[in-house]
Amino acid sequence: MTARIELRTSPHVVKGSSVERIMFHVVLALLPIAAFSVWQYGLSALALIVTITLTCLASERLFNRLSGQYSTLSDWSATITGLLLALTLPPSFPLWMGAVAGFMAIALGKALFGGIGYNVMNPALVGRAFVQAAFPVAITTWVPAFAPNRFSEFVPTTFTAPLMTPPDVSAWAKSALDGFTGATPLARWKFDNVLATPHDFLSGAVTASAGETSAILILLCGAYLAIRKFMDWRIPVAILGSAALTALLFQMIDPARYPDPLFVLLSGGMMLGAVFMASDMATSPVTPKGVWIYGTLIGVVTVMIRYFGGLTEGVMYAILLGNALAPLIDQVTQPKVFGEVKTIKGKGA
Amino acid sequence: MIPGQKQLSSLEELLEGIWKQNPVFVMVLGMCPVLAVSVSAVNALSMGLATLFVLLGSTLLVSLLRNVVPREVRIATYILIIATFVTVVDYLIQAISLAVYDALGAFIQLIVVNCMILGRAEAHASKNPPGRALLNALGMGVGFAIGLFAIGAVREILGAGKLFGFALFGPDFQPWVIMVLPPGGFFVLGAWLLLFNWLNSRKATPVKPVEGHAHV
Amino acid sequence: MNAASVNPSQPTTPSAAMIRTLGLVATVCGILIVSTYEGTLEAVATNKKLALERAVFKVIPGASSVKEFVVSSGGVQPAGNGVPEGAVKLYAAYDQAGALKGLAAEGAAKGYADTVRVLYAYDPEKQAITGIGVVSMRETPGIGDKIHTDAAFLKNFEALDVKLSADLKSLANAVKVVKHGSKQNPWEIDAIAGATVTCKAVGKGINESARKLLPLLVPNLDKLKASEPASPTPHAEASPPLSKGGQGGFDSGSASSQRLNPPQPPFEKGGSRASFHAKGASS
Repeated sequence: MTARIELRTSPHVVKGSSVERIMFHVVLALLPIAAFSVWQYGLSALALIVTITLTCLASERLFNRLSGQYSTLSDWSATITGLLLALTLPPSFPLWMGAVAGFMAIALGKALFGGIGYNVMNPALVGRAFVQAAFPVAITTWVPAFAPNRFSEFVPTTFTAPLMTPPDVSAWAKSALDGFTGATPLARWKFDNVLATPHDFLSGAVTASAGETSAILILLCGAYLAIRKFMDWRIPVAILGSAALTALLFQMIDPARYPDPLFVLLSGGMMLGAVFMASDMATSPVTPKGVWIYGTLIGVVTVMIRYFGGLTEGVMYAILLGNALAPLIDQVTQPKVFGEVKTIKGKGA
Repeated sequence: MIPGQKQLSSLEELLEGIWKQNPVFVMVLGMCPVLAVSVSAVNALSMGLATLFVLLGSTLLVSLLRNVVPREVRIATYILIIATFVTVVDYLIQAISLAVYDALGAFIQLIVVNCMILGRAEAHASKNPPGRALLNALGMGVGFAIGLFAIGAVREILGAGKLFGFALFGPDFQPWVIMVLPPGGFFVLGAWLLLFNWLNSRKATPVKPVEGHAHV
Repeated sequence: MNAASVNPSQPTTPSAAMIRTLGLVATVCGILIVSTYEGTLEAVATNKKLALERAVFKVIPGASSVKEFVVSSGGVQPAGNGVPEGAVKLYAAYDQAGALKGLAAEGAAKGYADTVRVLYAYDPEKQAITGIGVVSMRETPGIGDKIHTDAAFLKNFEALDVKLSADLKSLANAVKVVKHGSKQNPWEIDAIAGATVTCKAVGKGINESARKLLPLLVPNLDKLKASEPASPTPHAEASPPLSKGGQGGFDSGSASSQRLNPPQPPFEKGGSRASFHAKGASS
């Protein structure tokens, strides 16, 4: 983050923003989105969010213990990982798989690197990537939003016995909501060339992961964090801007084949990823120029994966790629120290 | 034997490769087959046995010829001997089971470039009498097979719910697809290495809690 | 302990000694390889024959023997020394009485992860594909690998139309994969929902192979019916099945293993085998 320079006389004692304080506010910003998700998908989404968050906290504690650190539960970072991870998964995701995802997020994404601040990639996305590769069927099984019975019964897959295959949920989904197709807007665009309207997205009546549908809410919560300076606003702006521009470019080339930029921004995990995942401080660049490069890269790669990849959604891999490149981006965009003379090409800074 | 180094007892010589210098978990040698064919316990064990066979055969021959081979052409000789045994094992596997042969694919032929085998020939077999060299090779080969099996078993249990083809969890088991894909090999190998190193470091120095987020 | 190998200041070995040693080692190695080869030859041939028969019998039920042919613009010939450029390998299956039971050929196309190779059975009377089996694939377990378990998908191949056009030059209708639930014509394949990419690979592989094979094959069908299936020569059957076992893995192998791998021709002449191997090992 780039700090504004303020000239003040002494005493220079300021109440700095500690890790705990920033993280706590991120949790606060995530809560409305989680609440919306529960309202939309009911008991199953609630169970999933609670299970994954608790698993993340327990895993964090376990690894604290194994590595002989003091507990880092109070810095809220594991809570954020759990909440974010749960919001990127389908609401019908079996709880035991959610627990695997939560454990892997903390173990592979965080503990192995040395804990908070040392991780190279966003732990929540590492967890999601693991279960995406491990359980490709379950992670692309969707249930309808606003099913009438969502507060009275769980989706049948939620309580699948550990290690077992979840039951087929399509019959249940059809009975819960008439005419449910079981495909996300991105998949329907890619395979059937059917476009969802912005109205579908804004009302939340689309098939998606638990916390992906509330675009406006995500933007509002993101704006809160940006205004309180707990998040670098440049990152989401760069991602959403570059994705929209890339989409616009493709639409100009072939309007029949490629969707409009608004569809690209509203569908899938674009909003959630841009606002809450890519902006994670430990895994994004710190130089002002680097931040723009990082965001642009993520936006463009996301659209490329969606248009030309085998998968329907590309936000996750685009952000992981951006995370992996962040240290490199930082290195090449180091600002020049005042008075420094570049002597050897490529070795400056 | 390097002067000043204590002569190992026969048991120690054997255990060297199985535990203290385990090719997979300690020396991290020959990772190409370890990662590629450890999809199931059967494949892993077949690969381990094939490597063990090549290792024993080449060690015996190298050790027997150790006083005859001029040092200028020793590497060429070792490679020739190793390639011979790889070819032999290639035919043997085809004769025993084509299914295993297809599953292991090019990695049977690639045993020839397994650095562990050439390493044993150069570092041990060429300097020790056949009995001792064979003992060491047996330990190394068995250690390699154990390493492969440890990875293969985990990947088969999680990736297919089976061990040696027998279903462990019933028909409803949800396979962890990632375990039979290449990343699964890296994850499982990493987990085993972590466990080994953690056990070793725990034995070496007891860990005390450290303030804050410092590295331990 | 070998003092010579430790002492760096030793006098250089004369060339004759080096050549003698290498020659000795090469001879020992050559003998080892040749004896293993001789010892395992029969078992390997039996294994390969069994594997081929298993694959072909699966798609052509009721068959009891298999013969391999090569189909090219020059007509149909018994398979011998590999498959020449532009030719297609064909497996003819016969029942116990020696009557032609069906034909099988391989199709391959790029799937989701890697090439999907399928063996399909062709029934000359129905002019249709009557069954498929997967030879090799690396599709996502649980999704792509449904192509050999999904009953509805396999039903597509009970009578998949591959009639030739009137001039016998091309397929009347190209085999096509359509979206799940929209199959209307007998030459269409109803894809599995969620595994479209893999299904398309199966369809494409079959289409391309059939398009190439059938115009060459159909005018020559009589040759296959007339051929004597009773006792195929062991050599023909020993050649690698489905082009996999013998050659498949060698392309990335080391130089030495490539040299040691016997190409198919020397099989014919018994005497040349030993000399080939001794040469291969010592060169």
